[in-house]
Amino acid sequence: MEVDTGKLNSIVQKYNGDKSYILAIFQDIQRIYRFLPKEAIKYTCEQLDIPFSKGYEVATFYKTLSLKPRGKHTIHVCLGTACHLRGGPNVADTFERELQVKIGDTTGDDNFTLETVNCLGACALAPLVRVDEQDFGKTTPGGVKSIINEFRNGE
Amino acid sequence: MVEFKINGKQVKAEKGETVLAVAIREGFAIPTLCHHDVLGADGRCRLCVVEVRRGNRKRIVTSCLYPVENSIDVFTESDDVKLVRMTVLELLLARCPFSEVIQYLAKQYGVNTVRYTKDNDKGKCILCNTCVKTCETLVGVAALGMTGKGPLKKVSTPFDEPSDVCIGCGACVVACPTGHIYMEDRDGFRTIWRKKFELARCPACGRYHAPVEQLEFISKKSGVAIDELRICQNCK
Amino acid sequence: MSVVELDRIASEYNNKIEGFQKIIHICTGTGCVSSGALKVFNRLRDAIDSEGLTEKVLVKKTGCHGLCERGPIVVFGNDEILYQTVGKRNVEDDVKLLIATIKDDQIAEKLLYRGDDKTKRYVSTHDIPFYSGQTRLVLALNGIIDPEIIEDYIVHGGYRALVKALSMHRDEIIEWIDKSGLRGKGGGGFPTGVKWRSCKTAEGSPRYVLANGDEGDPGAFMDRSLMEGNPHAILEGMIIGAYAIGSNQGYIYVRDEYPLAVERLSKAIGQAREYGFLGNDIFHSGFDFDIEIFRGGGAFVCGESTALMTSIEGQAGEPRAKYIHTVEKGLREKPTNLNNVETWASVPEIINKGWEWFSSIGTELSKGTKVFSLVGKVNNTGLVEVPMGMTLKEIIFGLGGGIQGGKKFKAVQTGGPSGGCIPEEYLEMPVDFDSLTKLGSMMGSGGMIVMDERSCMVDVARYFLKFLVEESCGKCTPCREGVRRMYEIVDRICSGNGGEGDIEHLEELARAIGLGSLCGLGQSAPNPVLSTLKFFKEEYRIHIEEKKCPAGVCKSLITLHINPEKCTGCMRCASECPVGCITGEKKQVHTIDQTTCIKCGNCYDVCHFDAVTIE
Repeated sequence: MEVDTGKLNSIVQKYNGDKSYILAIFQDIQRIYRFLPKEAIKYTCEQLDIPFSKGYEVATFYKTLSLKPRGKHTIHVCLGTACHLRGGPNVADTFERELQVKIGDTTGDDNFTLETVNCLGACALAPLVRVDEQDFGKTTPGGVKSIINEFRNGE
Repeated sequence: MVEFKINGKQVKAEKGETVLAVAIREGFAIPTLCHHDVLGADGRCRLCVVEVRRGNRKRIVTSCLYPVENSIDVFTESDDVKLVRMTVLELLLARCPFSEVIQYLAKQYGVNTVRYTKDNDKGKCILCNTCVKTCETLVGVAALGMTGKGPLKKVSTPFDEPSDVCIGCGACVVACPTGHIYMEDRDGFRTIWRKKFELARCPACGRYHAPVEQLEFISKKSGVAIDELRICQNCK
Repeated sequence: MSVVELDRIASEYNNKIEGFQKIIHICTGTGCVSSGALKVFNRLRDAIDSEGLTEKVLVKKTGCHGLCERGPIVVFGNDEILYQTVGKRNVEDDVKLLIATIKDDQIAEKLLYRGDDKTKRYVSTHDIPFYSGQTRLVLALNGIIDPEIIEDYIVHGGYRALVKALSMHRDEIIEWIDKSGLRGKGGGGFPTGVKWRSCKTAEGSPRYVLANGDEGDPGAFMDRSLMEGNPHAILEGMIIGAYAIGSNQGYIYVRDEYPLAVERLSKAIGQAREYGFLGNDIFHSGFDFDIEIFRGGGAFVCGESTALMTSIEGQAGEPRAKYIHTVEKGLREKPTNLNNVETWASVPEIINKGWEWFSSIGTELSKGTKVFSLVGKVNNTGLVEVPMGMTLKEIIFGLGGGIQGGKKFKAVQTGGPSGGCIPEEYLEMPVDFDSLTKLGSMMGSGGMIVMDERSCMVDVARYFLKFLVEESCGKCTPCREGVRRMYEIVDRICSGNGGEGDIEHLEELARAIGLGSLCGLGQSAPNPVLSTLKFFKEEYRIHIEEKKCPAGVCKSLITLHINPEKCTGCMRCASECPVGCITGEKKQVHTIDQTTCIKCGNCYDVCHFDAVTIE
């Protein structure tokens, strides 16, 4: 895919072209594209003067970074210890059934990417679901539909 | 000068040396896989573990990284060392059942059964990182890297695609301790890491001897003309 | 900058807020926000506007107040009135009640906290056992100050410790920290003063000070609440530490999952620079120091000190061997002092009140307090700070109000994936650095997850192994290959395919992985299995020999039935069943079709008549 080198340049500039900020640079790029395009990794490595293989190492090590395109909304079902004990896995299964996707995949209409996360740090309100930047505490399988509907209608 | 004991024998070493180097020099056998004399040590495979005791404190350390210290007692065959060593070998054998090197070491150190479902998707790669470091520091190309993390970690070119920078030199093949990396020369072409290289033909004897890209790389680095490099080592 | 100037800043800010007759604090910690706190805040402000009370009433957003389970929390003045679950059912109604409290001092009975017996109502925070049992040092200002206003921190005594420290000798500061008995609160428990001194005397420059805010332990959110609720305490501690150690550059490594913490810390750093607490020639002392934030990338292993440093260097966060300590060769091979954010936040008060004061709190070897996140099957989930040495029982049953739904306590898990599960017979155990380690667990960073009779200990072990398989960096063989094989064995046991010799095999693998792994993640990875084997072996045995799961969790080993004696035919279970395997007419007994049941347990959870049983 085509990447906007102007935008990439300004992100790299923001960190003074310092290669130790490669993770932060990748995170900023991901905000633009909702994932990390191959061409963007390659271009960034050239700008930072590091081998493509080193950039790829970083891009595949950190879970935050996605090399696959993501949907409009990302649903994170938390599976931290407290969430696990209070029924998080069941909530995740329900999302899989309702959206008809597997964890890690994106719905056919590009609306939702379903992910699990190992702890979001809102353990007192387990099980927790985060959609984009919004948190839903004490979720139940019964409440899954209404969370999906809240974001489904092009909000 | 540092003085300490290995299996009860008093030994001397220079400050900054590793326990492994001294033990080998003193004639003690310590198995290694990921250690490389030129490329250094990372402590990845954990096969070279030894027990270090100081007073009542004992710990298991990798001898390839552990710097020698005065008055420590090193043991290369204690029960804990054997446990870790045998566990590592059994785990690696389950990961790479077809690796002759691992089979040989396992036999040598008494691992006769594998209690796990054997993997069939990892080839003979034990993730020792030797090929990656060879490509980066010796060849100066850095076509390879580690991908992912945890059990899914593997060595690859970016996106598993033919690398723009790989010169087909085959140094990684030579460096790999287990014979995992595969290279094929056929009909004037070399295939390695999914990339096909045209091989240069020696104008004197007609033998295919090295990828053209590698010769161009050497020419650029050394300033020697490419035509001169096209002549193979035998005919020079 | 001097004490006089700090006083001036404080009094200017005081003048600003002096005119207000009432101050209302709305908790905007993550928990309360997800319960709807921002809506309450906005509606209340509108209502105050339309009542014409804007000049008289100040509404503040604060960090986490602690009692997340009952959020959104609204507190009047100095904790005189605590309202809970505000706006949970109806925001408009509750805002009206708040206005009535503001105008006529009318207490809204409906919003008061009630104890377990549901009869006694508590008005003030000071009377609620959850709060009255705590000693808040690090969290003292959480829930009181607005974390985005530096002057609010200064009014409450902020940055005075820095002024004092800059007039002290560097060695004296380190001596105070040493004598105070402060130990690393990230879980390691290493004496902070010793670490500082080693870093100060290490050869090489520059020196770095780092704050670890990569709180990855599942079930823990203490550091998050601190970074979001009182970021300046962390900064002040770091500046003092940097001055003592002789460092000019600091980094705070924050989890990517904590965007609000990053935002608040960034704001705080900006404000500290404006006042000259950070930057060049701080207070004309000739001391330069600045701090940068480094966001993590969702890798648990980066909480390990060497992996964290590798990550800041711009590489994949693989740990390195620590045969040469990081205080000598850490970040970029330079002397580096890394402390957890809670450790840093403990520093200012030690300088303010003296080491004697700090060491008078806690036990002989564990001084001061510890913040815990009390979560799981406990009534009052939330954040608590208690003196070291308080017993597990006091925390779980005293502050936590016991087990939800009157169920039976089974175990408490501490120390995250490196820790273990502690059974009932050890509830009298004091919580400090050393006692829990003796039990094969560890205090860890402060996650405390309570489990009841419906928690399966083999499943818990399996859960942690799965977590560690995913989070292992993959660098060394024992952890990468061994933990995955441990998971396979435990998974087999949970599926009813366990066999003879499995337990011995697990114990052998656990020992080898613990001894042979490169970093702390691998070395402690077997702990959850070892501790459940130690205290709950019988549960393993039942899974292996009888192919049953006593807690009713492991799906392959359970069946759900509807008890015809108890079923009223209300149809609730049928409507909640995701696969439609429950049939029955209205007011008739329902039945479950075992061939299509996926054992999700929804029917069990929704039945009001205890008619669904798990065998």
